Amino acid sequence: MIRWDVIRGNLPLITAKIGEHLALTVVAVGVGLVLSFVVVILIRDRRRLVGLVMGFFGFVYTIPSLALLALLVPFTRLSFLTSEIALVGYTLLILARNLLAGLDAVPRDVVEAADAMGYSRWRRLWQVELPLALPLVVAGIRIATVTTIGLVMVTALIGFGGLGQVMLRGYSFRNDTLVLVGFVLTVALGVTADLALGWLGRAVTPWSRARAAG
Amino acid sequence: MDVGAVVAWFLDPVHWSGSNGVPVRVLEHVVLSALALALGAAVALPAGLAIGHTGRGERVAVAVAGLGRAVPSYALLILFVPLFGLGFASAVPALVLLSIPPILVNAVAGLRDSDAETTEAGRGMGMTEWQVLRDVELPAAMPAILAGLRTSAVQVVATATLAAVVAGGGLGRYIVDGFAVQRYDRLVAGAVLVAALALLTERAFATLQRTFERRGGRPAEDPFGVVAPPVMLGS
Repeated sequence: MIRWDVIRGNLPLITAKIGEHLALTVVAVGVGLVLSFVVVILIRDRRRLVGLVMGFFGFVYTIPSLALLALLVPFTRLSFLTSEIALVGYTLLILARNLLAGLDAVPRDVVEAADAMGYSRWRRLWQVELPLALPLVVAGIRIATVTTIGLVMVTALIGFGGLGQVMLRGYSFRNDTLVLVGFVLTVALGVTADLALGWLGRAVTPWSRARAAG
Repeated sequence: MDVGAVVAWFLDPVHWSGSNGVPVRVLEHVVLSALALALGAAVALPAGLAIGHTGRGERVAVAVAGLGRAVPSYALLILFVPLFGLGFASAVPALVLLSIPPILVNAVAGLRDSDAETTEAGRGMGMTEWQVLRDVELPAAMPAILAGLRTSAVQVVATATLAAVVAGGGLGRYIVDGFAVQRYDRLVAGAVLVAALALLTERAFATLQRTFERRGGRPAEDPFGVVAPPVMLGS
């Protein structure tokens, strides 16, 4: 069923699309991370605002990807920008929620100790709160990345999509080999990202390992 | 973009009748989604209750959850076309598989978190295992179970839109055809309908979940399961 000559013939396309898939994912998660960080830092002390903003992120998250792309296309056309606006939109709920949950979980007495030692707000954030929030932040990046790798597929319908484009081409030309190659590579990409970020999560928080061992 | 053109699209009676009319497309979308969700729940709920009650097989639930996240719905849908054929024939199995992980994981987590003292008290009073599950664990776990169904339902409604890519019906038809013939009024009208249906589904299940919470169920955290990865189960 698998035709190796098809794979050989399409190798340049396949490698290019893996690159596109990774680029779309990395840009989306990167921009989403910066945006959600700025928003969370700005609103975290105002609980009412937190509820409103998270409600809005949840609203965006619930809109089906194909519908969100369709709503954006009249404004930003079939473009890289359209794909990224949608992809970034879906990362916001995941990343902002995990960052908030991580910051909320910092023990009260640790924050007060930092204040008592004369830490400024910024220094307290960078040196005390963020390091303690890191495990949940990395967990958020992990979920956002795996989710985005899946969502990138859908942008094939507006001309991008990385491996989604390989599958769509296989579907259009009734080429089962391309369909299968696109599928296997996508799942492999998702699993690899999941494992790699899981490993990173443990690597950046050696204290959680020490606690588990002790 | 011309908002007036989209409003005009909705007001045109032509778009409200026939096999490509809004009522038919909404019905197709709802039937496809409901069927997939029902089949998925028929598999995932009994399995989740059994695993959660006995505490055995949690690793299987974790593996299913991880796999569910790594396999994109769009990829599954297109993969199934050479196997099952176009349209609903591929959409139904893809959507069923998609709906299983959230229902399974939330059912397991809901039961696993049940209060050990209460269940022991039930056993001490001479309740059978079945009675403990039905009368003690299940009422407390209902909000968590509903949270799982809520996540699945939203994902299924969203992905049912993609069925149009493989020549299926439903509201995705307007979007896919709108792209193909570059008619932005149809494209945006379809997107508005799909988004409304997804948001309505989410609200409906959220309300149901709150109802069970008021009836004494344990409040379920985080319906989208985003704060901590489901892998937390059993670890």
